[in-house]
Amino acid sequence: MAAGFISQLSTTEPAAGAASIRATRDPAWLRYTLLGAALLFLGLFLVVPLAAVFTEALRRGVGAYFAAFADADALAAIKLTFLAAAIAVPSNLVFGVAAAWAIAKFQFPGKSVLITLIDLPFAVSPVISGLVYVLLFGAQGWFGPWLQAHDLKIIFAVPGIVLATIFVTFPFVARELIPLMQAQGTDEELAALTLGASGWQTFWRVTLPNIKWGLLYGVILCNARAMGEFGAVSVVSGHIRGETNTIPLHVEILYNEYNFVAAFAVASLLALLALVTLGLKSLVEWRARQPVRT
Amino acid sequence: MSIEVQNIRKTFGPFTALDNVSLRVPSGRLTALLGPSGSGKTTLLRIMAGLEFADPGSGRIQFHGADVTNTPAGQRGVGFVFQHYALFRHMTVADNIAFGLNVRPRRERPSPAEIRTRVERLLALVQLEGLAHRLPTQLSGGQRQRVALARALAVEPKVLLLDEPFGALDAKVRKELRRWLRRLHEEVHLTTVFVTHDQEEALEIADEVVIMNQARVEQVGTPQAVYDHPATPFVYEFLGNVNRLQLPSRGFAQAEAFDVNGGRFAYVRPHDIELLPVQDGFDGELAQLRTVHTAGSVARVTCTRHHAADEIIEAEVSRQRLTELGLQIGDSVLLRMRRGRVFAEDFAI
Repeated sequence: MAAGFISQLSTTEPAAGAASIRATRDPAWLRYTLLGAALLFLGLFLVVPLAAVFTEALRRGVGAYFAAFADADALAAIKLTFLAAAIAVPSNLVFGVAAAWAIAKFQFPGKSVLITLIDLPFAVSPVISGLVYVLLFGAQGWFGPWLQAHDLKIIFAVPGIVLATIFVTFPFVARELIPLMQAQGTDEELAALTLGASGWQTFWRVTLPNIKWGLLYGVILCNARAMGEFGAVSVVSGHIRGETNTIPLHVEILYNEYNFVAAFAVASLLALLALVTLGLKSLVEWRARQPVRT
Repeated sequence: MSIEVQNIRKTFGPFTALDNVSLRVPSGRLTALLGPSGSGKTTLLRIMAGLEFADPGSGRIQFHGADVTNTPAGQRGVGFVFQHYALFRHMTVADNIAFGLNVRPRRERPSPAEIRTRVERLLALVQLEGLAHRLPTQLSGGQRQRVALARALAVEPKVLLLDEPFGALDAKVRKELRRWLRRLHEEVHLTTVFVTHDQEEALEIADEVVIMNQARVEQVGTPQAVYDHPATPFVYEFLGNVNRLQLPSRGFAQAEAFDVNGGRFAYVRPHDIELLPVQDGFDGELAQLRTVHTAGSVARVTCTRHHAADEIIEAEVSRQRLTELGLQIGDSVLLRMRRGRVFAEDFAI
């Protein structure tokens, strides 16, 4: 219904838009100055750094560029990053949908507290959230002695990285879905129930199809952040080469060792990921806005 | 299938939506739950459907003698139609209608071919042949509401419940659709309850009208009965126009029946007031003519009472009668009440 509504609005837009342009027409110099300033700013702060990453990475030629990925530590970092994302994104997908479902479709005491809690990872500096995990699971932490007694390692090991990633990326899916599900209301679910559908059937056949584009959007953002997260992961990782380094951490190490080509080559991977994310994001936004297929 | 509601109470926090409501909906009839917003009519309908549950410890809901008080909505065999249709926005019309059949367990589910046939039949019933592959966004409001109705009927409910089914439609479509619903009811003869705040709608199509106000049932009866014999001042004022006449008044034929205890009110419909010239031999309430509206099938006039000039009385007379009287604005006239009613409860007001 929302998609149809938007498409209806956009058909009436040109006329209104044309009239308003005439009414609010600014002098040419002002328009071009503003446009120029915006483009300059964008270029300086977004395009130039992106170009610099690729230029630096390819400074010694394509051979040196790919050599950076042949390194065992680089490969291990890439693998770990994908592993962390592969665990964090599905977990947050499930948590996010569950939280959004509960918040949007039910009334219960403590709801506003839950909404605030979901935003916590956005409000807290990632470094602090990393420190919290060290405080909880580190050798001197609350659960430290117990973990040591059972020979479990969380901090300075893969589980810590996964935990930190999950924490930092928790809000993306839920935040995306809550307003969407609230706007859609519960009538369709109630209709499904009166028609004899079970809770699961209602979720799979009615709720999920209605939120699929918002969900995909949240997952894309969540994934980008999960792969790019630096602060929280840095605190819990311990920077053990080949074991607990993710791509961003590996870039930092290479850079600190003056291995610029390799650093930028690995960084270009994250830059590419960002570009792919943006591409997917626009595609999803465009697809979600389409009047539903005939 | 009859519906029996016994002593149902429902509160939302400090707000009482239903206050010990009891009601019997007869089998196979079209019943309207009529009342102003906040009167509890929608809550009552949702409790019948199993979308809400009455307060713990309050009464019971029975479908044809079987207790369904704690039965979930999906197992009550009700078809529910929502005010804003609640069609599944990502499904075609055909998939919407087939939903209730498709979610059945495999052994109870009809074959795909049979589901298709049923959908076709239902589309024909709601006069939407050819729109099976449209999406809800590509339909008009009236069409959407008919799809919602077909979807509810697809599961062969024993009871059909409609929540303000025409509330979101414009006046013309509303009128067409409610007559169509009446014809449909005559075809399928399903026990049907619909909620409305539009008294014209309720009086026009329902077999029985249940008038609700402030969490209680005020009156139950046929449209004719509730219109002609309102049980309470609320019903009088809610159904059609009515004058509230301070007593005593000379306008009543059996004046002594009303002429007791000053401060009471008589309720008189505008069309039950007769206009007479001020002449010897006629008796009635002396009033002055204030306004006359003749744009319509009858002339509507307003008068003020001679003895209580702040009291405005509306009357409806035929336009011919008005011409015969030859009245001008400001002229004196005698009012005779053919029928009226006094409520003892008015002491409380």
